[in-house]
Amino acid sequence: MNTLLYIMLRRLRLPLIVLILVYAVSILGLVIIPGQDDQGQPWRMGFFHAFYFVSFMGSTIGFGEIPYPFTDAQRMWTLVCIYSTVVAWLYAIGSTLAIIQDAGFQRLIRTRRFAQQVRTLEESFYLVCGYGTTGREVVTGLERRGVRSVVIDIRQERLDQLGLEEFALPAFSLCADASLPDNLALAGLSKPNCLGVLALTDQDNVNLAIAIASKLVLPKRMVISRSENVITSANLASFGTDLIIDPFQQFAEYFGLAVHRPHQHLVVDWLLNPQHRPLSSIYKHSHGRWILCGFGRFGKALYDALKSEATEITLIEPDASRVNSGMDHVNGVGTEAVTLDAARVNEAVGIIAGTANDADNLSIIMTARQMNPKLITVVRQNHAANELMFANSKSDFVMQPGHTVATKILGHIRTPLLQLFLQQLQTQDEVWAHTLMNRISQSVGDERLDSRSFKICTDQTPALIDAIESGAKLTLRTLMKRPYDRKAALDCFPLMLKRDEEITLTPGELHELQSGDELLFCGRTNDLNDQLWILENQQTLNYVLTGVDDNPNPLLRWIRNLKV
Amino acid sequence: MNREKVVFAFFIVLALTLNVGFVVGDVDNPGHHEVVELFLAIVVSLICTVLKFGDRSHLGALMLATSLVADLQLIAAASIWGYHAQISAAGVTGDAMASIVSFAAGALVANVISVVLLVIETVLVRR
Repeated sequence: MNTLLYIMLRRLRLPLIVLILVYAVSILGLVIIPGQDDQGQPWRMGFFHAFYFVSFMGSTIGFGEIPYPFTDAQRMWTLVCIYSTVVAWLYAIGSTLAIIQDAGFQRLIRTRRFAQQVRTLEESFYLVCGYGTTGREVVTGLERRGVRSVVIDIRQERLDQLGLEEFALPAFSLCADASLPDNLALAGLSKPNCLGVLALTDQDNVNLAIAIASKLVLPKRMVISRSENVITSANLASFGTDLIIDPFQQFAEYFGLAVHRPHQHLVVDWLLNPQHRPLSSIYKHSHGRWILCGFGRFGKALYDALKSEATEITLIEPDASRVNSGMDHVNGVGTEAVTLDAARVNEAVGIIAGTANDADNLSIIMTARQMNPKLITVVRQNHAANELMFANSKSDFVMQPGHTVATKILGHIRTPLLQLFLQQLQTQDEVWAHTLMNRISQSVGDERLDSRSFKICTDQTPALIDAIESGAKLTLRTLMKRPYDRKAALDCFPLMLKRDEEITLTPGELHELQSGDELLFCGRTNDLNDQLWILENQQTLNYVLTGVDDNPNPLLRWIRNLKV
Repeated sequence: MNREKVVFAFFIVLALTLNVGFVVGDVDNPGHHEVVELFLAIVVSLICTVLKFGDRSHLGALMLATSLVADLQLIAAASIWGYHAQISAAGVTGDAMASIVSFAAGALVANVISVVLLVIETVLVRR
């Protein structure tokens, strides 16, 4: 039976017994006390009348003294009854209200509603554990693509924030500890329509527990986990977690790329980030000495990433014990001119304000810019709430670790081939990346770059499969023509072609297609959507190939050929 | 000694004894059946029901069910009595009393089961 009802009934035991007893004693008293009828004869009230009288008296309706006017003894008893029944009712109603308002009871109601919503959910969804900066961005990104999320977080305030978001597909949320399998089960862990589990909490062991639980229930389902140290990452990888992201490492690599290989960085940024950087933002003078403020986990990762390319770095860190000997180190926070001066800010090319305090970071870059206006400033934003301040800080680069992780995850979910492409990209040199960047820029201008991957198979590209099986020669050029005007080209081009294990980057237009090929295209969103017509509609494909817009339907053909 | 258990057992046994007290006598003889006793039986039976609320064990559910049956039977008996005493022209006749007592006898069976379950529960706990 219903747990809620049980709890309510158990707590209402005493008030209900009090109510029954008060009624019983009142009724019994009225029956026992002698009365008079209208002729003045002795008369005793029966149980029927007594129950009737107490019922309307107790509920303060008060129809009067029936069936005959009361004697004084009866009135005296009625006085007692009136007060005791009112008190009993107040007690019962008060207890009921108190139970309903009880925090534990409310939580139980919310949990039940959540479980009910998830149980009846028939569309596909992602299970997001942890609704911090990253979680929030991932949920928003998924919602924009029309995919629902189910969110678990241990803090109710964060979920309250989720409740305020105006989503067309509201995410379901539960305030609970995600490391407990019971809670994950409530959130639909074992449902086949759960497409993937994203463990994004800031506790490594919680993420580990979530990933293990998911892999045990459905080994093939995608699991993406955040991890802050190497041991956890290795552990996660050992049981097949699909994507493991260390936010500090991730950002350090991303930033290292920006400094050392600006064009490659830009390609990555355009492909992953909806609000990508303009082409003109490329750093012109990134060679030289950098100043790094703050040498915590984050600073260390950045230091390693920059050091690997033999960049000279000066550290500013108040806690000298964190810094190894042999590093160029200045003691202090970096907010004062003295410290910055000691770090020779005038000769440096750039400064990274990477402390865990947002106000300090802003103060560092403002002071540093006054001392050296040509300085490239990079500032770390820790809290999403400080968005406005950082947007106005005029710094060259605002680093938001949560944002970097979120774009990476969304990229992975959107096009799995993208991850492979980004890996391949790292093996290419800057010149190649520069050429690619120019091509992308020609294709989409400063608009948003979208990407889509598909495999040539019956499910995804029925028209292509039919054409290939009937012996037609399809080249990549076919897929890049406009479905309504074959002479014009779509603003998109192939980034990668994967045939079995063989990978071709930016394959040429004359590349011949085979069944089973996997392709990654990038371009304008609208053009990629138009491309779907060629992939799926045989008539469109036929037009694009031959220029003949032939309709297979005899009736329509007849209508078109009518000479009117 | 657990005071809660004493109160619980007290009310359950009292429900049975009051019920027996009401039912004993000739079925169709109004003189053998006291209205106050029926009233008390109903009140005690209601209290028993409330006391059994919120026990999620299987035995607890069974006890709650027997109590609800007893309530239903006794209230039916009282309603019949009320109808005959107040509304029917003939008043409480032998036939009317027979049907009242037979309803109360049904409640008696439910109360007996209730007591048996109480004993079983006690035995289980004591072991």
